[in-house]
Amino acid sequence: MTAETMPESIPPDSVGLVEPKSARFDTALMLECGRSLPSYELVYEAYGRLNAARSNAILICHALSGTHHAAGYNSPSDRKPGWWEVCIGPGKPIDTNRFFVVCSNNLGGCHGSTGPTSINPATDEPYGADFPIITVQDWVHSQARLADHLGIDRWAAVAGGSLGAMQALQWAIEYPQRLRHAAVIAAAPRLSAQNIAFNEVARQAIRSDPEFYGGRYQSHQVVPRRGLMLARMLGHITYLSDQAMRAKFGRDLRRGKDDFDFHYEVEFEVESYLRYQGESFVNRFDANTYLLMTKALDYFDPAAAFEGDLAKALAGVAARFLVVAFTSDWRFSPARSREIVRALLDNDKEVSYAEIEADHGHDAFLMPVPQYLEVLRTYMDKVAAESGV
Amino acid sequence: MSGLRADLQIVADWIAPRSRVLDLGCGDGRLLRHLQDNRSVTGYGLEIDAEKIVHCIRSGVNVIQTDLDQGLSDFDAGSFDYVVMTQTLQAVRRPDLLLDEILRVGRMGIVTFPNFAFWRLRYYLAVLGRMPMSGALSYTWYETPNIHLCSINDFEELCLQKGIRILEREVLSHDLRRPVIAGVLPNLLAEIAIYRFCRS
Repeated sequence: MTAETMPESIPPDSVGLVEPKSARFDTALMLECGRSLPSYELVYEAYGRLNAARSNAILICHALSGTHHAAGYNSPSDRKPGWWEVCIGPGKPIDTNRFFVVCSNNLGGCHGSTGPTSINPATDEPYGADFPIITVQDWVHSQARLADHLGIDRWAAVAGGSLGAMQALQWAIEYPQRLRHAAVIAAAPRLSAQNIAFNEVARQAIRSDPEFYGGRYQSHQVVPRRGLMLARMLGHITYLSDQAMRAKFGRDLRRGKDDFDFHYEVEFEVESYLRYQGESFVNRFDANTYLLMTKALDYFDPAAAFEGDLAKALAGVAARFLVVAFTSDWRFSPARSREIVRALLDNDKEVSYAEIEADHGHDAFLMPVPQYLEVLRTYMDKVAAESGV
Repeated sequence: MSGLRADLQIVADWIAPRSRVLDLGCGDGRLLRHLQDNRSVTGYGLEIDAEKIVHCIRSGVNVIQTDLDQGLSDFDAGSFDYVVMTQTLQAVRRPDLLLDEILRVGRMGIVTFPNFAFWRLRYYLAVLGRMPMSGALSYTWYETPNIHLCSINDFEELCLQKGIRILEREVLSHDLRRPVIAGVLPNLLAEIAIYRFCRS
């Protein structure tokens, strides 16, 4: 990408204009649910340059509503950059001048990788509800094939926030020799009953929408808009802290109104915000994918195979860990990250843990919180130095 | 590596090569870095200060952001050869309980603290009538994190009560100098006290 082709509005510390790529896999992938996908496609983006030693590759794993578009702009007219723009770019904590950064859309997603909206070759119809439920372990397996495809034996680091952090953790368990570092941000080693409860309400919102049609809404040429919107609104509340919502909206009424109208339409700013978030989400996300992602979250529990003992589950990891939590995150509170840290300590593994003061709640991992960026930058500097870049 | 502060150098000299060390209140991680480089030691630092966490990561020291007043419950009994705490004992809420925790988690404890009975501090209070300040105690009374200051006699009395066996003691006088006549009137002449101890 040359400077001339970049619109003036793209800042110099952005990777700039990027194009997604795609990789097709024709060997069946066995899934944890017992079913298999005969073939699939993963769409991904890559930034920076893979060095000759192939030692500088970073895998970024996305969270529930994320995509492969982690940084930069897909078109000059894009209003917003990729979802982790604050962390990925030239000179940023995950520095694309030094690292080759890869982010793929998870299998079962709705942004190009094979998922419920893709055509099922067996029926020539969209998979819809027939798409198998994918787990974090399945994602990691599919990403390992992408690594093979890209010629990357060992990632310098696998990094992610939230559900992305769970994938980084699973990578360390599943392929100890294929990553040197894991950056596990705003994570939990498994969901709590409260976490699962929120997911279940979100799923019920979608599944009880009359336009859901048991997941076959595509064949009926409709979208369960109301349900998906409600699911997103609910999710959004759990991503923000009480302080953040108070600071952002308080009890403000819309458009400078100073009195109640005594009706059920939007009056408070926070209502307006949530509806906007819900509505815009419907235009970019698929309801079946949302169901699938929330189930992947619910099922994630690497300790389950070890009688609930996370330390045993992590006994074989070889990666060094950076674990980061945020003080106001009540979805995956610092105490949940401490469970991961403790399990690593029990095994005498290499780990550093930072608890970042931030008011943003769970979403803080996407925000330019100076202390957070400084911790990540410092850690990644060490990773880069080791990688010989 | 040169330039290690005199008190830290004494601590470092007490630590056997290839041992596992937990450093409570590890600051910028310089002791652990020194031990990793010179004695092939492994372990972790615990630190509460956000900026110092970054320094530790930069030095390649494993650091866990922790409030020591929450105890050491993340660590199993006997998981370290040494638990070290330099110039931090006086800043925790319950030094006595933390000493128990040190000897639960580690086979041996090493602590350093500013001796509050050091003659200059006595002079501040007795003659000037002011709250003592010194190189090792550089805070004013209203902003000091040091809430449980003690003297050498106090510390040894507590160890006696708790059944803690003191294996070694070193003292440093003003400006971290080795005392001219070691062992003479330490409670009066030592600014810093350094102890190695275990359960008796």
